[in-house]
Amino acid sequence: MFRNLKITCDQATTICDKNQYSEASIKDKIRLYIHLMMCRICVKYTKQNTTLSNLYKEHSQYCKNQKHYLSVKDKEDLKALLEKNKE
Amino acid sequence: MKEEKHALTPNKWIDNYADYLYNFTISRVNNSDLAKDLVQEAFLAGLKSAKSFQGKATERTWLVSILKRKIIDHYRKTNSKKGQAEVRMNFYDDGENKGSWLEERVPQNWDNASENQIENEELRNQIEACINNLPEKYALVFRMKTVQEFETEEICKELDITSSNLWVMIHRARTQLRKCMEDNWFNN
Repeated sequence: MFRNLKITCDQATTICDKNQYSEASIKDKIRLYIHLMMCRICVKYTKQNTTLSNLYKEHSQYCKNQKHYLSVKDKEDLKALLEKNKE
Repeated sequence: MKEEKHALTPNKWIDNYADYLYNFTISRVNNSDLAKDLVQEAFLAGLKSAKSFQGKATERTWLVSILKRKIIDHYRKTNSKKGQAEVRMNFYDDGENKGSWLEERVPQNWDNASENQIENEELRNQIEACINNLPEKYALVFRMKTVQEFETEEICKELDITSSNLWVMIHRARTQLRKCMEDNWFNN
C-alpha cells in the first residue's frame, strides 16, 4: 500500500501542476502531501507554483479582454485572394 | 418536415467572419503572422470544399471546424520537424535517480517574488516571451488551459489528445516556464 503512495519529484510536481487548476484527485493530493513532507525542493516548487498561477491568472484576464482585428488591407487582400480562387 | 438548411455565401465571408476567426486563432497561437496565414488557409480550404457543405451546421461553425483542423495540422508539422529536441528536461529520465530533479533545474530561491507581483506591461511581456520559448505544442496547450481557461475536456477534444497527454504537456510547460521566469524575472 505504501509503495503506491511513494512518488518521484516528477510525479509530485505533475500533481502539483494539475492542482493549480483544482483538477487533482484526492488520491493524487494525498500522494503529493506525503511527498512534500519529505522533499523540500518540491515544497519550494509548490510555493512558487502558487505565485506563478496568480501571475498567469492576471495575464489571462488581460489577454481575454483583448480584441484583435485584421487591418482593412489584410481584409482586402483576403477578399482578392478568395475572388481569384473562385474560378 | 424539412429541416432548415444553412447556405454558404463566400462573398461575405471576410466581412462576417474574418475577425472572429482571427481572434479564435490568436487566442491559441498568439502570433499575428501565423494567425493570418492559418485564417487564410482556412478560407481557401472552405472555398475548395464548399461543394461538400451539407448545410447541417451554420456557416461560421463549419468554417471554425476547418480552421481547427488547420491549426492542428500546423502543430503536427512543427512537431515532426523539431522532434523532441526542444523539450528541456527537468528530471532524470532513467537510472536510479529517475524522476528526481536534475541539479541544474532545481528551483532556486526567488529574490524579489513579492514586489514583482504588481501587474505591469513588463511582466506581461516577460510571461509572453517565456511562453513563446516553449515548444509550440506546449505553448498551445498552456495557452488554451491557462490563458484562455478552457475546460480540459474541450481542449482534449479539439486537439485530439487524452487528458493524461494534456497534463504531461502542462507539467512540462509549467516547469520550463518556471525556470524561464526564475532566470529572466525573479532572479534577473
